[in-house]
Amino acid sequence: MACFLVPGTEAIVVTAAAFILKKAEQNKAQVSIGAGTSEIKEPAKKGFARKLFWLADLLWGGVILLAFEHLWHGEVVPFFPFLTAATEGSAAVQEMLGEMASVGVVMAVLVTAVWGLMVAVSYAIEKRPAPENAEASA
Amino acid sequence: MTLLVTVFAAVITTAVWYKKADEKMMLGPLCWMFWGASIMWLVDAIFEYAELKAAYFTPAPEDMLNDAFLGLSVVALALVIWVIILLIKDPRGTVRNRLKKK
Repeated sequence: MACFLVPGTEAIVVTAAAFILKKAEQNKAQVSIGAGTSEIKEPAKKGFARKLFWLADLLWGGVILLAFEHLWHGEVVPFFPFLTAATEGSAAVQEMLGEMASVGVVMAVLVTAVWGLMVAVSYAIEKRPAPENAEASA
Repeated sequence: MTLLVTVFAAVITTAVWYKKADEKMMLGPLCWMFWGASIMWLVDAIFEYAELKAAYFTPAPEDMLNDAFLGLSVVALALVIWVIILLIKDPRGTVRNRLKKK
């Protein structure tokens, strides 16, 4: 009914956190050379902010496509109050909130868990020696 | 059916991303979109299975057709979003060069 709103809310929070972290990492990477400063962009690219953007992208991608599905099924409308259940009485609203608390929360948790696994695997891959025929990294 | 179509799209896009390893084609956002939606629809499918049990695997032909149509529409929407991102960010400078020529 409106389960995508839960991962949608997480997406907003994660995106904001990723931008804040990215800025902090870039500030940290500034190296003073004499009187002036020069910015080293490479550490910011490899930092945790980049990995946090993976989660934001996963969440936003899923939310956009799920919002389209809800529009398709008439559960979301492009005019106020946007959620069809909101016009169908308190029982429908109750059902919608129940679905958000169950399906929506599990969606957000599973996406985050998959991302956590991806981050762990990515750290392991980064530590692994490059294969002999590996292409130069982009 | 929507889940299946999206999972296939996610796998194919990821395989193409891995093979080409071309950041200028910006296949990353497309992969994230398909995988994000696949995980979310997987949760939806699990909840539906818990409710319907075995009946979940024998949908009515009309429902299946509607879901397949939805799945293809979702893929089309994701591709359109990807093309828009590609043209706006223009990592190869193709759009910029074309506009400059005129």
